[in-house]
Amino acid sequence: MPEIQNFTMNFGPQHPAAHGVLRLVLEMDGEIITKVDAHIGLLHRATEKLAESKPFNQSIGYMDRLDYVSVMCNEHAYVMAIEKLLGVNPPIRAQYIRVLYDELTRITNHLLWLGAHGLDIGAMTVFLYCFREREDIMDMYEAVSGARMHSTYYRPGGVYRDLPAQMPQYQKSRFRSKADLKRLNQARQGSLLDFIEDFTKRFPACIDEYETLLTDNRIWKQRTVGIGVVSPERALQLGFSGPMLRGSGIEWDLRKKQPYAVYDRMDFDIPVGINGDCYDRYLVRIEEMRQSNKIIRQCVDWLRANPGPVWLEDHKVTPPHRTQMKNDMESLIHHFKYMTEGYCVPAGEVYAAIEHPKGEFGIYMISDGANKPFRVKIRAAGFAHLSSLDEMVRGHMLADLVAIIGTQDIVFGEVDR
Amino acid sequence: MSSVLHNLVMFWQALPAGWQLTLRSLAGIVAIMLPLILAVAYLTLAERRIIGFMQVRIGPNRVGPWGLFQPFADVLKLMLKEVILPTNANRFLFLTAPIISIATAFAAWAVVPFSKGVILSDANAGLLYILALSSFGVYGVILSGWASNSKYAFLGAMRSAAQMVSYEIAMGFALVGVLLASQSLNINQIVLSQGGNIGHWYIWPLLPLFVIYLVSGVAETNRAPFDVAEGESEIVAGFHVEYSGTAFAAFFLAEYANMILISALATTLFCGGWFSPLQGWAWLAGTPLGFLTHTSFIWFAIKTCFFLYCFLWFRATFPRYRYDQIMRLGWKVFIPITVVWLMLEGLAIVIKLPPWFA
Repeated sequence: MPEIQNFTMNFGPQHPAAHGVLRLVLEMDGEIITKVDAHIGLLHRATEKLAESKPFNQSIGYMDRLDYVSVMCNEHAYVMAIEKLLGVNPPIRAQYIRVLYDELTRITNHLLWLGAHGLDIGAMTVFLYCFREREDIMDMYEAVSGARMHSTYYRPGGVYRDLPAQMPQYQKSRFRSKADLKRLNQARQGSLLDFIEDFTKRFPACIDEYETLLTDNRIWKQRTVGIGVVSPERALQLGFSGPMLRGSGIEWDLRKKQPYAVYDRMDFDIPVGINGDCYDRYLVRIEEMRQSNKIIRQCVDWLRANPGPVWLEDHKVTPPHRTQMKNDMESLIHHFKYMTEGYCVPAGEVYAAIEHPKGEFGIYMISDGANKPFRVKIRAAGFAHLSSLDEMVRGHMLADLVAIIGTQDIVFGEVDR
Repeated sequence: MSSVLHNLVMFWQALPAGWQLTLRSLAGIVAIMLPLILAVAYLTLAERRIIGFMQVRIGPNRVGPWGLFQPFADVLKLMLKEVILPTNANRFLFLTAPIISIATAFAAWAVVPFSKGVILSDANAGLLYILALSSFGVYGVILSGWASNSKYAFLGAMRSAAQMVSYEIAMGFALVGVLLASQSLNINQIVLSQGGNIGHWYIWPLLPLFVIYLVSGVAETNRAPFDVAEGESEIVAGFHVEYSGTAFAAFFLAEYANMILISALATTLFCGGWFSPLQGWAWLAGTPLGFLTHTSFIWFAIKTCFFLYCFLWFRATFPRYRYDQIMRLGWKVFIPITVVWLMLEGLAIVIKLPPWFA
């Protein structure tokens, strides 16, 4: 008589809940998971190696493609690392713009996470509600950088350009009625800052809307409360950061603990969970969106009142203005050198970390004094979180695995790099 | 012309009685099946449009005016696709399973009264027949999961089997309540015993049973939030993950036909079937709005559509239950409630509680 055995199941990499290309080999006792073996690397693109072979600036775009749902935050860490090595500080206005966009990025990331997490657990509608708001933030990205996703907006020494005075509007087309056009362009009449301010006014009501669908929903609670519990001690040992750590009740946020850019001037709170389960992490992220909204408001007010440069005037590390370049020989040389060879960075090593929407995102960079980094190491939050999957999932059911993958908010661009 | 007609009538009368019955039944089956298939087709469109509306998006609106030809485009697409047989699949069972699913989903319609006297088979054991067929329908799901020889399909089938069997009990008990109230298993008779006015409908004395019937119905048809058997984000498509083309379409058709059936039964058993909700409003009868009090197929259709709308609404609103939570809900909540309510109902019948049991 054959012995009763556990059953091995292959989950992914083409699985709707795998959030990209996660492949799991599950050992299951009926519906209960006894072991998870995560196979990663299917999206490995050698970002770190590529960055070693190019002038510093040319890798900013690669950073966008790491965690492709929170693009500007990745850039921020990379740019900060270069600035630390160079020993320069971008103008204060540029720092405000960075904080503004970091927080917008946090909102887009959490919106996508909320939608995908909802979809994993079977709540379809939240996903589309989230994308409705996400669309506006994509438009804000587009307004400053020309790209909806891979913006490459932050540069060492500032940001690529100042906020536009006119928010781009929707154009007439045969697919859009006049009434639609009017509705879409209503908030886009003024500058980008007006549009962002309008968004911050609308957004809290939108969060309330998502919460009506989920927060007190019995099924949602049954599916998330007590699922994937991580104790505070264990969360620290596993190298968690961001909402995963705060969900377990540890108040750790680089924006407060090691303030960078102008976060020390911002008034905001750090939400923390109590039980360390999926539901607490959900509440933490929801509250983080509200706090981000608050920070954005403060940035908008400051940016309105304080015009100024967004680039350093040191043209060894930033390109000269276009008009200067056309009239001035030295500027032309600077421009040519900047765009072809890049700039040399003093030898040294540095670690720059930011509070990425998913946790601590750090760039460890070694420079040997050349115009390319000698080594770049990317510390992605998702990697540490994914490593704990086996521990979090053991003893849960297959449906909980999906909820836990959702709550970890992993993106394979950053895990596989 | 009239002589042709005359000859036809003569021919009909010359046929043996058995033939006449067979032909009449066949005509009845076609008359039910065709509109039903159309209803299924448009239910899929309605689902996409209604859920689209709830989710602030548009839904299919390109094929024909307002997307009205979309279901036909879908059917055409599915028919033209290859039915892929997985290697190592049990060929016979693999192809039998969708047939079982769809056959039972359609056969149950034989005893559904659409309007006064409009019923294919006025069977005395109609309710039993429906219970039997819906139990039999589970085999379609189990066999498909088993025959596919795929772990995902297998898990889906196991989940579905357990879920359907447990909810069958809750649903059966809920129907026993109706049976007690009407003293009949004949569905036509059940509707007739609800005549009078809206207060005579069984939904009022049997409200908890009605709610349980409806929720069990959602679970029986594997619809959200009980769609663990398909559980898109967990086991991808569950029992029909290996199916394609027409075989997949058969499962799809069966699911939607079952949805309509559950809604139609909710209407028939609890909400007065074809009776008008305004029936018994004598003062309305003399006015131009008097037609509203008449019994008609329209009322049956309206009530059924309302329940169908609820099905879609649930899907857009709720997250999915976990498998063990569904079982807990079925066994630990629904079955005890039905049992208690059946006792209360028995008491009400003994004391002849008006107006239902007088």
